[in-house]
Amino acid sequence: MMNSVVVIEGLRVVRGGRPVLDGLDVVVGAGVTGLLGPSGCGKSTLLRSIVGVQRVAAGTVSVLGKPAGSAPLRDRVGYQTQSASTYDDLTVLENLRFFARVLGLPPAAAEESLAAVDLTGHRDAVAGRLSGGQRSRVGLAVALLGTPALLVLDEPTVGLDPVLRRDLWALFHRIADAGTAVLVSSHVMDEAERCDALLLMREGRIIAHGTPAEIKGSQGADDIESAFLAIVEGVAGGDAV
Amino acid sequence: MTPRVTLAVAVRVLTQLRRDHRTLAMLLVLPCLLQALLWWIFQDTPLVFDRIGPALLAIFPFFVMFLVTSITTLRERSGGTLERLFTMPMGRLDFLCGYALAFGAVAAVQAALAAGVAIGLLDLDLRGPDVLLVVVGVADAVLGTALGLFVSAFARTEFQAVQFLPAVVVPQILLCGLIVPRDRLPEVLETVANVLPLTWAVDAMEHLATSTRTGEVWRDVGIVVAFALAALALGAATLRRRTD
Ligand SMILES: Nc1ncnc2c1ncn2[C@@H]1O[C@H](COP(=O)(O)OP(=O)(O)OP(=O)(O)O)[C@@H](O)[C@H]1O
Ligand SMILES: [Mg+2]
Repeated sequence: MMNSVVVIEGLRVVRGGRPVLDGLDVVVGAGVTGLLGPSGCGKSTLLRSIVGVQRVAAGTVSVLGKPAGSAPLRDRVGYQTQSASTYDDLTVLENLRFFARVLGLPPAAAEESLAAVDLTGHRDAVAGRLSGGQRSRVGLAVALLGTPALLVLDEPTVGLDPVLRRDLWALFHRIADAGTAVLVSSHVMDEAERCDALLLMREGRIIAHGTPAEIKGSQGADDIESAFLAIVEGVAGGDAV
Repeated sequence: MTPRVTLAVAVRVLTQLRRDHRTLAMLLVLPCLLQALLWWIFQDTPLVFDRIGPALLAIFPFFVMFLVTSITTLRERSGGTLERLFTMPMGRLDFLCGYALAFGAVAAVQAALAAGVAIGLLDLDLRGPDVLLVVVGVADAVLGTALGLFVSAFARTEFQAVQFLPAVVVPQILLCGLIVPRDRLPEVLETVANVLPLTWAVDAMEHLATSTRTGEVWRDVGIVVAFALAALALGAATLRRRTD
């Protein structure tokens, strides 16, 4: 596989005594890949495994040919957790500067990142006083620092207005066009059409993988939501996908 | 460990503190006020103040730093910032030492203020050199920070973190010689007191108050620092890059 950025084989994760992922295999390539599935299906758990902060019971996760979370990857993978994961009592710029310093980047990198998420006007605002959407964009700006080779974003567009969502998806595509693989999770099916590739997930398993057109075509469905339902009913009826 | 990252963590913690005026007041002003309150309580019995005053100079920095550190690190765990940092080139020791460095710096200011008030305004009678009062204060504060970092691994919420105060700190205060001198404790309790770190911090202050010789003070400071290093090592062991 030429441009496989993330390769996962037989991944098993147990959380709270319950297997959340069990024998999961998946390969993620370049472009913008959407990880879609209902709440609680294991999206965050999978993304945490890819960035190397999830304790794993079995299986292998490799990123750019190296074990997930290993030292050479730590300035090459950008990660936004599902919460904003910034310091509420620091200003926007102080947050960015701090993470830039940890990554060994010059202070100018902080301002570039802020400009990319359109927050330059709020650079001196204290992060805790921003709106939820603005705060999550600060988190996104941190993930963008230093032009990572892989960007892992856990529900970055939740709670944002349609204009901003459209702008962010355009940003993800610009980043992907510049050579960064982007993996974005969402539980909103209507974001599916904006992705180059899709991973549909349910109850800890990847139930479909392909371009939006391929997945719709395989089920003869008009939209991803109907395709998802068709696959789920097929699985319930015993057909493998 | 990378000095650049350690320093970045320390500077960030100090920037956060500068924003938080109430916490800053608790760290710097409150120990002085409590000291003054005590002086007032014992105004008619100044000999008692001379006995308890030095012990309190050891207890306040320990107590306050333990509280502030255990809660701030817990906030890092629950707020996702620690998880984010662990995906970056930050070592566990960078995180722990960054905190110890930041709170150590605050402790130096706190100890200087508290010692200045106690000696300058409240006429605390001290035989040993005044500077050592600050040295012991910083060692105590770093000990509190290190223990706070360690116990925060065992709390899930800020509410649980506060509960470590009566569980971990109060017994040490009761046994450290403040209430009953150590050699008049029941034998078992005296043995227990001898293996608790705060005992040695208080012991250092008491030597400073009663003697011009500094040998015992440096020995006690050495013991306190050794406890702090052990707590940092335990903290590093409980700080996990990968969590459940
Ligand atoms: N810290 C935890 N301890 C124990 N179990 C957990 C923990 N976090 C999540 N789980 C369990 O793991 C499963 C998957 O959770 P996960 O957060 O990966 O879902 P998700 O797909 O990201 O959901 P959402 O869209 O709501 O964010 C859930 O059933 C949840 O109960
Ligand atoms: Mg999630």
